[in-house]
Amino acid sequence: MIEATGIKEIIKPENLVYRKTDIMTDNILSYCPGCGHGTAHRILAEIIDELGLQSETIGVSPVGCSVLLYNYLDVDIQEAAHGRAPAVATAIKRLLPDKFVFTYQGDGDLAAIGTAETIHACNRGENILIIFINNGIYGMTGGQMAPTTLEGMKSSTSPYGRDIKSMGNPLKMTDIVATLAGTYYVTRQSVHTPANVKKTKKAIRKAVQYQKLDKGTCFIEIVSNCPSGWKMTPTQSNKWMEETMFPFYPLGDLKVPEE
Amino acid sequence: MAKIRGSIVVDAERCKGCEVCMVSCPTGTIAMAKEVNGKGYYYAYPANQELCIGCANCAMVCPDGVITVYKTKI
Ligand SMILES: Cc1ncc(C[n+]2csc(CCOP(=O)(O)OP(=O)(O)O)c2C)c(N)n1
Ligand code: SF4
Ligand code: SF4
Ligand code: SF4
Repeated sequence: MIEATGIKEIIKPENLVYRKTDIMTDNILSYCPGCGHGTAHRILAEIIDELGLQSETIGVSPVGCSVLLYNYLDVDIQEAAHGRAPAVATAIKRLLPDKFVFTYQGDGDLAAIGTAETIHACNRGENILIIFINNGIYGMTGGQMAPTTLEGMKSSTSPYGRDIKSMGNPLKMTDIVATLAGTYYVTRQSVHTPANVKKTKKAIRKAVQYQKLDKGTCFIEIVSNCPSGWKMTPTQSNKWMEETMFPFYPLGDLKVPEE
Repeated sequence: MAKIRGSIVVDAERCKGCEVCMVSCPTGTIAMAKEVNGKGYYYAYPANQELCIGCANCAMVCPDGVITVYKTKI
């Protein structure tokens, strides 16, 4: 095997600038190569580590590719029925208000079967963080069309591309929740480049602070890729995401607190 | 003048060969191996290690968290 280790003289503990946080377990992620779920998990883990929240965090995992979240994050995780994570998180936060409570959900989970739970938790202003991974498709079950699938986008159930007249319009869930009085901070980010990773980390850090201050629902959409469902290589999928997803799902803050 | 030198360690057996690190590296340090790891992936490795500046861009975007980064002034 080719040596995947660089220069011995530089590789010393005192020169360490980056290593995977221990909040990420050593389990091999079940995700396809290049899938943004892994990066999103890791930066969430890094924030939990940096802010010392390991024993205070309770996450709620979805049904979808990230259903095994509890295998990868070394914090307490409660699995919810499909789409019901915001309802479960509501109960957890109300019973244990001192915990940092988040949900982690795909677009099929959050914007299809879980639409009601999402909207009502946000409208009630539950003091939780909702992390929404939008890859425009049902990844786990084989790349079916989701409410978030773009016009003209091919999926296994829209093989000729989504036709608006017969299949309806793509849903901008993040724009909807930003209009609700209960949400405090709503933003749309991505994790496919180093700069975007930094911005998303900053957003999660803010959401943790707002939750400590009991400000209401924070909602972070991460526009992400699904190389397998989109039938592209990981790097192609990231390029396609920039060119095709971002014009419809533009990155940036949708609702920021008045300072 | 002191020069910033970096170096990475890739956990090659856990790498899934996605190439996301390679395209994020500003210095062209990373290449994909011509042989596969135990899982059958063409893993990433620091092919041009003398170019590395230890910026950690590669590690920040690696979905599988398999890159460790070191940096020093020489
Ligand atoms: C009640 C119920 N309905 C449908 C399914 C099938 N199902 C499993 S995951 C999923 C959607 C996953 O898509 P998404 O939430 O976008 O997550 P991804 O896999 O893309 O990360 C569906 C429809 C199920 N498991 N349970
Ligand atoms: S199917 Fe898509 S979302 Fe699921 S792990 Fe693979 S690339 Fe990621
Ligand atoms: S640390 Fe920076 S320069 Fe070195 S391999 Fe990674 S991205 Fe390239
Ligand atoms: S980003 Fe990570 S998993 Fe992908 S090729 Fe690079 S080291 Fe391997």
